Amino acid sequence: MTTTTAHHDDHGHHGPAKGIMRWVLTTNHKDIGTMYLWFAFTMLFIGGTMALIIRTELFQPGMQLIEPEFFNQMTTMHGLIMVFGAIMPAFVGLANWMVPLMVGAPDMALPRMNNWSFWILPFAFGMLLMTLFTEAGAPNFGWTFYAPLSTTYAPSSVTFFIFGVHMMGISSIMGAINIIATILNLRAPGMTLMKMPLFVWTWLITAYLLIAVMPVLAGVVTMMLMDIHFGTSFFDAAGGGDPVLFQHVFWFFGHPEVYIMILPAFGIVSQIIPTFARKPLFGYASMVYATSSIAFLSFIVWAHHMFTVGLPLQTELFFMYATMLIAIPTGVKVFNWVSTMFRGSMTFETPMLFSLAFVVLFTIGGFSGLMLAIAPADFQYHDTYFVVAHFHYVLVPGALFGIIAGVYYWLPKWTGNYYNEKLGKFHFWMSFIGVNVTFFPMHFIGLAGMPRRIPDYALQFADFNAIATVGAFIFGLSQLVFLFLLIKTIRGGEKATDQVWEGAEGLEWTVPSPAPYHTFAEPPHVK
Amino acid sequence: MFSRTGQRLSSVVLGLLSAPAAFADWELNMPKGVTEVSQSIYDLHMLIFWICVWIGVVVFGVMFYSIFAHRKSKGAKASQFHESLGLELLWTAVPTAILIAMAIPATSTLIEMYDTTDAQVDIKITGHQWKWQYDYLGEDVGFFSNMTTSQDEIYDRAPKGENYLLEVDKHVVVPTGQKIRFLITANDVIHAWWVPEIAVKKDAIPGYINESWALIPEGQEGLYRGQCAELCGVDHGFMPIVLEAVTAEQYEVWLVDQRAAAEAEAAAALGDYSHEELMTKGEEVYARSCAACHGAEGGGMGSVFPALAGSPIATGDMAAHIDIVLNGTPGTAMQAFAVQLSEVDLAAVITYERNAWGNDTGDTVTPKMILDAKQ
Repeated sequence: MTTTTAHHDDHGHHGPAKGIMRWVLTTNHKDIGTMYLWFAFTMLFIGGTMALIIRTELFQPGMQLIEPEFFNQMTTMHGLIMVFGAIMPAFVGLANWMVPLMVGAPDMALPRMNNWSFWILPFAFGMLLMTLFTEAGAPNFGWTFYAPLSTTYAPSSVTFFIFGVHMMGISSIMGAINIIATILNLRAPGMTLMKMPLFVWTWLITAYLLIAVMPVLAGVVTMMLMDIHFGTSFFDAAGGGDPVLFQHVFWFFGHPEVYIMILPAFGIVSQIIPTFARKPLFGYASMVYATSSIAFLSFIVWAHHMFTVGLPLQTELFFMYATMLIAIPTGVKVFNWVSTMFRGSMTFETPMLFSLAFVVLFTIGGFSGLMLAIAPADFQYHDTYFVVAHFHYVLVPGALFGIIAGVYYWLPKWTGNYYNEKLGKFHFWMSFIGVNVTFFPMHFIGLAGMPRRIPDYALQFADFNAIATVGAFIFGLSQLVFLFLLIKTIRGGEKATDQVWEGAEGLEWTVPSPAPYHTFAEPPHVK
Repeated sequence: MFSRTGQRLSSVVLGLLSAPAAFADWELNMPKGVTEVSQSIYDLHMLIFWICVWIGVVVFGVMFYSIFAHRKSKGAKASQFHESLGLELLWTAVPTAILIAMAIPATSTLIEMYDTTDAQVDIKITGHQWKWQYDYLGEDVGFFSNMTTSQDEIYDRAPKGENYLLEVDKHVVVPTGQKIRFLITANDVIHAWWVPEIAVKKDAIPGYINESWALIPEGQEGLYRGQCAELCGVDHGFMPIVLEAVTAEQYEVWLVDQRAAAEAEAAAALGDYSHEELMTKGEEVYARSCAACHGAEGGGMGSVFPALAGSPIATGDMAAHIDIVLNGTPGTAMQAFAVQLSEVDLAAVITYERNAWGNDTGDTVTPKMILDAKQ
C-alpha cells in the first residue's frame, strides 16, 4: 500500500493490480513483506490484549476478573500467538522486504510459494483463535503443551490446535526454503558469502534451523493426534508410552526455536549499530562464526528445559555444560557490538535507541539464562517467575525490540517518508520503561518462590505483581503510539533521501525511497 | 510551598505503597533454606549472580562510556578499526575460564543432590489433580493432603488468611536429623513437588518414580510451604504443600497416632449415622473435595465439569452414583475417591449430593453400603 508508484523503474507498466486482489494474488516480495508485517502487528495486539487480561487478573491476590480455566487459555494462547503469530512472521516479513534488496535480487526466488506461505497464516490463526468461542474453550495446557495434559486431559479444541500448528509449520518451512534459495542463488555478482550483510547471514542460518526443527514440531503434534484419536500411546504411561518422550521431542524443536526468534534480531542490530556509530561492524567474520556456533549448540542443549524431570546425572551434567557453552559465542556478539560503538561517532535516532536497549536488556536476559544453565540452581528457578522474567527479557526487549528497531530503520525506505523522530523517541522511552517495570520485578517474585502459570498467588507476592501489571499497561498502551506513528508515516512526512541515514551502507540504500515496486531488474555489481 | 506539595505528594506515594505492603515483605532473593543442599544452591546462585553483575558492569561500563564520549554531537570522529584477532581470542578465552570455574562447584552440588542412598525415611508422593498423596513406605501410614483455603477467600468474599493458598488439611510430617527420600510420581498429568526451603523440586510424572532427598538439621523444626510447579490443569495454582519438620521423637509419636486414627476411621465405618449427621458432614467433605470442580452450589464449571444439581447421576440410580464417586471415570478429570476418602466421608458426601441443591431424593447412603460397594 506504500509502494504503488513505480515510475523510477522500467517495469512500471506492470505495477501492482488494483484493489484487494493485489494483495491476494501478489507475488511481489515487498507486498508480501508488508502483509507479513501487518499480520504480525495485528497478532501482537491480540496476544498483547491477552497478556493484559492475564496481568489484570494478577494485579492483586484473589480471583477478580476471570476464572482459572480461562486464565489457562489466556496464557496458552498468549504464548502461541506471540511466538508463532507475532515474532516469527515479523521476521519473515522483514526478510521478504530486505533480503532481496540487500543481496541485489529482483525478488524472492520462489514468488508464488511466497504468496502461499503468507496466506496460510491468517487461516491457521483464524482457526486457533476460533477455538476461544467454542464450548470446550481454547487450548489450556500452556504453549509448551506437555502431554498428557494436552492429550488425554485436553479439551476437544486440541485437534484444531494441532491442525493450526501443522499449517504454521508448513508456512514457516516454505518461507525458510524461499529465503535460502534467494540467498544462495540470487546474490548480485561480486557479493560473496562473506560480503553479505549480517541480517542476511543470520536469516540464512535461521532458515536452516527452521527447516531442521519445524518437521520435529509437526512430528510431535502428529503423535499427539494419534494418541487422542487413533488409540496409540506415545505419551500415555498407562499404554506403555512415555510422557517424558514428549518433552524431549518438543524441546528438540523448542530450543532451536528460541534461536529462530533471536538470530534475525542479532542481524538487525548488527546493521543498525554500525550505521549510527558511523563505523564498520567490529569482527564481521567472528559474528558469522558466533552465529553459526549458537545455531549448532542450539541442537544439543534442549534438555536444560527438563532439569527437574529426573534425567540421569550424566545427562544432566552434559546438558549443563553444553548450555553454559552458549554464553561464549553470545558474549562474543555482545563484545563486538560494544566495540563497534567504541570510538565511533554516535547519534541516537530511534532505531539506534531500540538497538542499544536491545544490547543491554538482551544481555540481562542472557545473564539470567546463564544462571538458569547452572543445573543445581535451576532446581530452584525452574517453572517460577524467574524463568518468565528471563524469556520475556530475551523475547520482548530482545526479539521484539530488534524487530521494532528494524521497522524504524527501514521505514523511510519502505514509505519514502521519515517518521516523526520525537514521536519515535517517545515510543521508545515509554516502551523501555514499560518493559522493565513489567519484567524486572518478575525476577524477584520468581526467586521468592512464585510458580509460573498460576491464576492466583500467596500474599507475599502481591506488591511486585501489582507493579508488573502497571508496567504491562504502560508497555501495551505505548504500542498504540507506534501504530499511530506508522500510519502517520505511511500517509506522509518529510521526504526521505535514497541514502536515508548518513552512515548507512549497503545495496538497499542505493535504490530510491520509497523503494519502487520492482528493484534490481538489472543486478548491481558489488566490488 | 514547594516543600508542602512535596510532602503531600510523598505521603500519597507512601500511602499507595503501604496499602499492599500491609501483607507483604518485598522478598527479593531466593531463600537460603534449611538444608545443606539448599545452602549450596544458594551459594551457587549468588556466585553466578555476582559474576554476571561484574561482567555487566564492565561491558555496560564500556558501552555507556562510548555513548557518552563518542557521540557525534560532541564532535567525535569515527575511527575505522573493525578487527582484532587478539581481542576476539581474549574475550573467548576469559569467559571460557570463568565458565569452567563455575562448572566445578555446580557439578559437585549436583552429584550431592543425586545421592539418594542411605535414606532413613521413605515417603512416596503422588500428584493428583489437584492434591498430593503421601505414603510413608513401611510405616503403614498414608493420606491425601488438600488445600484448605476457602473459595470465599479466593473470590474475595472473605478476608484472606495469613497463609492464603499455602495451607492444607494434612501436613506431610518429617523428622529432623534424618535423611528423607522422596519418591515422586503422579496419577494423571505431570505435577512438580516443590518446597523452596529444602530446595527439592522434582516433576511428578505418571509412569515414573523420581527420587529426591532432604536432610533437615536438628533445630530446624518448623513449617515449610511449597506449591505445585508444573502446569497440571485448572487448579494448578491450588495444590500447595506444607512440610512439617518435627524432632525424631515427635515423628515416632505422630506415626503411632496416624495408625490409631486410621483404625478408628475403619471402625467408624461400622457405626450408625443419622441422615442429618451425614448431611452435615457431607457438606464439609463436598466443600473440600468436590466444590473446586463441581461448584459450591453443584452448578459445575464450563463444559468439562458437569453440574450435580439435577444431574441424572445424582438423582438417579444410587449404585451407579456410588460407583462413579468410588471409581471415577477413566479419561476424565473425575477421580476415584475410594482411596482418598474414608467410608464415612464417602457416605456423607454422596448423601449430601443426593439431597442438596434441590436433588431431594430423600436417600441416605450409609458407610456400610460403601464398604459393600468396595468389596
